[in-house]
Amino acid sequence: MTALTLRDFVAGYDPDLPIVKDVTLDVPEGQVLTILGPNGAGKSTLIRAVAGMVPIFSGEVRLSGRDVTRAPAHALARAGLGFVPQTENVFTRLSIRENLQIAAELLPRSARAARVAAMLAMFPDLAARPEALAGSLSGGQRQMLAAARALLSEPRVLILDEPSAGLSPKLVAQVFDSLRRIAQGGVTLVLVEQNVRAALALADRAVVLVDGRLAHDAPAAELVGNPLLGQLFLGARAA
Amino acid sequence: MTPQLLVNGLVAGTTIGLGAIGLSLTYSILRFANFTQGDLIAWGAYLTLTVASAIAGLLAGLAPATPLAPFSFGWTLPVALLAGMALTVLLALALDAVLFARLRARGADAIILVMAGFGASMALRAGLEFIYTSAPAYFTHELQIARPLGLGMRATPDQLLVLGLTAVLVLALHLLVTRTATGRAMRAVSENPALAAVYGLDVARVVRVTWIIGAGLACVAGVMSGLLVQIRPTMGFDLLLPLFAATILGGIGSIPGAMVGGLVIGLSEALAVQLLGAEWRAAAAFVVLVAVLILRPSGLFGRGA
Repeated sequence: MTALTLRDFVAGYDPDLPIVKDVTLDVPEGQVLTILGPNGAGKSTLIRAVAGMVPIFSGEVRLSGRDVTRAPAHALARAGLGFVPQTENVFTRLSIRENLQIAAELLPRSARAARVAAMLAMFPDLAARPEALAGSLSGGQRQMLAAARALLSEPRVLILDEPSAGLSPKLVAQVFDSLRRIAQGGVTLVLVEQNVRAALALADRAVVLVDGRLAHDAPAAELVGNPLLGQLFLGARAA
Repeated sequence: MTPQLLVNGLVAGTTIGLGAIGLSLTYSILRFANFTQGDLIAWGAYLTLTVASAIAGLLAGLAPATPLAPFSFGWTLPVALLAGMALTVLLALALDAVLFARLRARGADAIILVMAGFGASMALRAGLEFIYTSAPAYFTHELQIARPLGLGMRATPDQLLVLGLTAVLVLALHLLVTRTATGRAMRAVSENPALAAVYGLDVARVVRVTWIIGAGLACVAGVMSGLLVQIRPTMGFDLLLPLFAATILGGIGSIPGAMVGGLVIGLSEALAVQLLGAEWRAAAAFVVLVAVLILRPSGLFGRGA
């Protein structure tokens, strides 16, 4: 079963200057897909458009077969799409618990408290002080809270934008450990990440985006150490 | 300076504070200065008066609206207030649907929203004058004798009711915002509407809740002001500067801050009237506003400039 499908997907901020151009992609359930590419390739715009935060000009998006192309961001979250933005991904003026409680609103009332407790148990750093304001957390802890928030509502597809951006190597390792556990739970992961080595180590499959178009699509293991990747990052197009 | 100043200032400050809460909420969630808030106060008062008059007319001879001792008004006013709040909320929601929501959907800048609100404010005020004329109106013609409170202060039962009702409303609203899912959603949208949508929150619903609370409180403020003084089509416009001063003094987005700001402005106005004369009343709010903008732009309860 395909978890996420993009067909002839065109998106951006100006219809005359689309950033993402004619992307077609199928992501099977349970797969970990990483989207790689040079700066300005349109990776973040692509996933933000899928999450309902950037206008889609043409094409379609399907979530588990259901057309969600015109669905607003809150409806996508309710349909099972979790999205973790690169920055400003938690409510800094709300406590850790309140951040999780907002996400829990998507669940049946009877399941909410237990699910918040389960997420706190999964991330011990957060469980240590659940009433602390999210604004007081370190960068890595914020990423964990953002991931916990996205997972709390039990999404079928979780999309993350640069989860390791700005983190120290130790925190990057922690974040990727968390992502590995999430993937083992059967959640479909789509990951935009500049840390290519870490992303490829986690992913089953990698696609490379150049100038808004898909330039390469292969199993992640094939791309590790592949000189093609270096060429693509410098802006060359795949044959 | 007499202790009575305290009572006069607090009573005037309640109207300002309740109006300022609505202004503060719309500012923090919709991110524009809503100039129609004052006119919602005036419309709330007139709509309540209309409903109260209609009830009294329909039931004339059946259930006389004698004053509910020790207050100056009969049972029709509390009933009419509930209906007036509902009608004021409908007016605010219609205003949003017809004007502000369309501008937001087009991605209009805040200044466009402010100017649109300014125009709507004038239209609302002109509408009141057209329907009700500019002659003042009254909820009651009963005379009330102020009763001694001690320390040289006196207050009428209506004034004490206004103070008590305001305290209850502010406490209830504070609990709503800090302890409930609706309040969490409002705080989340206030901080980052795009992220709130990603979390699954229906931002449009939160916007509607904000208008409902703001318009409901505006109606209560208008009725309180009308009960203690009189109703005029320009009563909301006259309150605009004190409303903005209270909102900025308290810190935008802070409900206790807006209330405290309103009380401080009310006390400042009372002080100006006593020390300098009634013609200086409006200047007090302006002086406080300028002082806050210079000394602490984020306000007393703000989160930093």
